[in-house]
Amino acid sequence: MTLARRIIPCLDTDGARVVKGVNFAGLRDAGDPAALAARYNVEGADELVVLDIAASRDRQPTFLETIRRVAAELAIPLTAGGGIRSLDDGRAVIRAGADKITVNTAAVKRPELITELSREFGAQAVVLAIDAKFESSSATNLGCVAVANWSELPAVVESQAENPHWDVRIRGGRDSTHLDALDWAKLAVELGAGEILLTSMDRDGTQSGFDIALTNAISTSVSVPVIASGGAKSPQHFAEVFTAGAADAALAASIFHDNTQSIRALKQFLASQQIEVRLPC
Amino acid sequence: MTVTIIDYGAGNVPSVERALQKLGLASERVTQPNELAAVSAIILPGVGHYAAIIRALDQQNLRAPLLDAIARGVPFLGICLGLQALYSGSEEAPALCGLNLFSGSVRSLPTTVKLPHMGWNRLGFQRPSRLLQGLSESDYFYFAHTFAAAIPANEVVACCEHGANFTAVLEHKTIFATQFHPEKSGAAGARLLQNFVSLAA
Repeated sequence: MTLARRIIPCLDTDGARVVKGVNFAGLRDAGDPAALAARYNVEGADELVVLDIAASRDRQPTFLETIRRVAAELAIPLTAGGGIRSLDDGRAVIRAGADKITVNTAAVKRPELITELSREFGAQAVVLAIDAKFESSSATNLGCVAVANWSELPAVVESQAENPHWDVRIRGGRDSTHLDALDWAKLAVELGAGEILLTSMDRDGTQSGFDIALTNAISTSVSVPVIASGGAKSPQHFAEVFTAGAADAALAASIFHDNTQSIRALKQFLASQQIEVRLPC
Repeated sequence: MTVTIIDYGAGNVPSVERALQKLGLASERVTQPNELAAVSAIILPGVGHYAAIIRALDQQNLRAPLLDAIARGVPFLGICLGLQALYSGSEEAPALCGLNLFSGSVRSLPTTVKLPHMGWNRLGFQRPSRLLQGLSESDYFYFAHTFAAAIPANEVVACCEHGANFTAVLEHKTIFATQFHPEKSGAAGARLLQNFVSLAA
């Protein structure tokens, strides 16, 4: 009895359609979310993540309808997020059929959101998404996003990171926060996050492999499961992130959508490497 | 036959409904005590905090009619918190009394492993089980929990391990419960739900 490492396809949507891009830019259409969900459900995906990558207020009803359509296809857990700013937003996503909620930008701006969601739905339903980008030199204030509630942030994130570190990016990766991803991950767990979805901005869309150093640094520092994301292409990349990266789960999008990598073959490869996975029957 | 789902506001009620629907089974949600008077099978789903399920059962005055129905032999399936609620209490909310059908308390899994215990795991079969008919120790089920019941009870038919051994499946007369989520456990979970409904029919 060993907890299996999870393989999680991710549907980035514009609310209604699945889109894909490189380094968070240059989006193109990649299909119907419900159709892809149905396919992954039978191919042996362990969970599914659906994100609304633009997450504007007026598109929320469309996205909730997408969650309903996707949930109807699944006999596996569903995580959904993008633009969740309040307990009410979270409740709407859960009611639409998601089992877990991801929060990102809004949690950086108002960390108590994590605690509010965790109290209402349980820590197992609250996934903190972190978009991290390596900064080799000390951070400067240029381009720093204005954070309204800085004064409410606990001391651990008040000081700006000085040394080489992974910087937390928000608003789809556009803005630097000068928060150290390691500090933010630890704080979020204290506040009630039950899982971390960690995306390497440096690797996302490059298909050059997961960021092993980043994943290992976060996964070995927090007490909750970590989902690695960004840069996956080959089965070997997944094997590396589960062993050297210490990831509990690994997420990818385009390689699954394009059929360049079947989930079944990926899991068979991982099993051959003595990595515990749930093999589809 | 219609399966009665106790709706105390848990997030996984729609998932349980969908899973039953895919098996071609009708279900109804109940929120009122009188609605439990003449039911043929009951599912108590649950996810989140122990206090939420216990408080809701009491605030909705469902505790007594639920215990009555179980005592009458109406087949019952508790899911996740719906399993934990069957014990006398939980370390997660020490001030609250559980349904007390099984002795023992629900405790946190050890912090030597990552918590929540989140994802797919297999079972260790302890005793022959009607609920697990057609399933094996190679099947995976989806777990998402931090607290769990220890194993002393004779009613435990399958255990799981994450830092410590804990109760994964309970079975006693017409009372059944799973710590994992059959409604999220793919084909294996669907088989378990089918077994439960067949036992109730």
